[in-house]
Amino acid sequence: MDASFASLVQNIDWAEIWLATLDTLLMLGGSLLFTVLLGLPLGVLLFLTGPRQLFEQKGVYALLSLLVNVLRSLPFIILLIVMIPFTVLITGTSLGVAGAIPPLVVGATPFFARLVETALREVDRGIIEATQAMGATTRQIVLNALLPEARPGIIAATTVTAITLVSYTAMAGVVGAGGLGDLAIRFGYQRFQTDVMVVTVILLLILVQVLQTVGDRLVVHFSRK
Amino acid sequence: MIEFHNVHKTYTVGKREIPALHPSRLTIEGGQIFGLIGHSGAGKSTLLRLINRLEEPSGGRIVVDGEDITALDGEGLRRFRQRVGMIFQHFNLLSSKTVADNVGMPLKLAGELSRREIEARVAELLARVGLSDHAKKYPAQLSGGQKQRVGIARALATRPKILLCDEATSALDPQTTGQVLQLLAEINRELRLTVVLITHEMDVIRRVCDRVAVMDAGTVVEEGPVADVFLHPQHPTTQRFVLEAEQVDEHEQRDDFAHVPGRILRLTFQGDSTYAPLLGTVARQTGVDYSILAGRIDRIKDVPYGQLTLALTGGDVEAALDCFRAADVHLEVLR
Repeated sequence: MDASFASLVQNIDWAEIWLATLDTLLMLGGSLLFTVLLGLPLGVLLFLTGPRQLFEQKGVYALLSLLVNVLRSLPFIILLIVMIPFTVLITGTSLGVAGAIPPLVVGATPFFARLVETALREVDRGIIEATQAMGATTRQIVLNALLPEARPGIIAATTVTAITLVSYTAMAGVVGAGGLGDLAIRFGYQRFQTDVMVVTVILLLILVQVLQTVGDRLVVHFSRK
Repeated sequence: MIEFHNVHKTYTVGKREIPALHPSRLTIEGGQIFGLIGHSGAGKSTLLRLINRLEEPSGGRIVVDGEDITALDGEGLRRFRQRVGMIFQHFNLLSSKTVADNVGMPLKLAGELSRREIEARVAELLARVGLSDHAKKYPAQLSGGQKQRVGIARALATRPKILLCDEATSALDPQTTGQVLQLLAEINRELRLTVVLITHEMDVIRRVCDRVAVMDAGTVVEEGPVADVFLHPQHPTTQRFVLEAEQVDEHEQRDDFAHVPGRILRLTFQGDSTYAPLLGTVARQTGVDYSILAGRIDRIKDVPYGQLTLALTGGDVEAALDCFRAADVHLEVLR
């Protein structure tokens, strides 16, 4: 039984798989952190300047919206290459995990910001009105009413973004960032090592499954409805 | 005291201008419960929201206790809003915060009290509305009436001088409506708070209000003490509201009286005269017989009233009418 299993996975270098898993987790963690840090304010800004909202600014909203749409329509693989000079500027390298994080963040932030905007729009207008009636500043309305009320929606948005980032990291191999997706492409696909392909895909599946489950649990935990 | 001086409001939708409130004059005395009644779209909600500037007036001045609040902006407006509480039809509580945190929120935002002081005040407010046991619950775990009581506690947190009620009982069942109205009346008495409430139910006005303004198509068509407006409605809109509250079709009833012999009159009693044995006394003195065709005896806020439609036959009808005129009742001769 053991012998037959070993022959099934003869091409697999488990140390390499472990390194690739680590790279994927590093890329995911790093890029998700910065995506949330940048995307949350951007989403709030999109919401506030949007039509019939607290800070309605047609010009600003149109500009932000266009920027978001341009970045979202760019295929990630192209973004990865176009961004190389910029990536070198901020991380000092265009290679490896560090080289992959800036394009991942730029690719995922507009997506996350749109989801945040949608989550904020789901908040009952009456809640904003009630908070305004208490004499709150716009900043207080955002921090004390909008964000807490939209928290389940924002957590769900973070989950979806994290999973999207997992699939983006597969392309990060182009800049030598490694990771599970890269392993699947280089060994599993290009060298016809089906066992490597299957193992990496299973690991990615487990990762996505864990992210979704944790995300869903958090949404339930923070939903008081 | 809240004064409206030629206040008007027009919404611009696309290129069209839609008037929501025609230039209006209105004075709401301090310490009263003032009711605004009207059908949806009559402009009552706009009028209410102008008081704390959730709606910006298109023109005119609103003066609250001598202060022109239409001139306020930024910090001044926020300070003013902290002195005006508001409750809503759908409660508008934050679902992500506990009952205690909801009630404490206006205090937290005002930033004048320490955490311990806020906790003490919240406990006091929850005790006032009878929800001390529910402090740690979330709004979703409460019934409609409990949610509105949390709303009231929240609105009172900053010790406001004015409480605005936006259809506060429209989402509640009749029994809960009664409890919430009673609480509003108690608060008005104890705290000498001016309450402005809007509703589309005459019954709500009858039970708690001191004065009422009737709105129709963006205009105040009738205004006065509730008893006067309720018992002697002048404007057709007001008459419709009163009939709705009585759940009788008076036109139908009037037709029924066609075959009733004798003089038909309507007597309206208010206050102590409601319990005076007037009919029997007049019948004995003048020899008339009376039959009661329609009637209601109820209370307007704390004042009892009665309104009876009578047919008088036999005896000295004119002398009987004179007796009624001399007595402490309002007389209308219908036929």
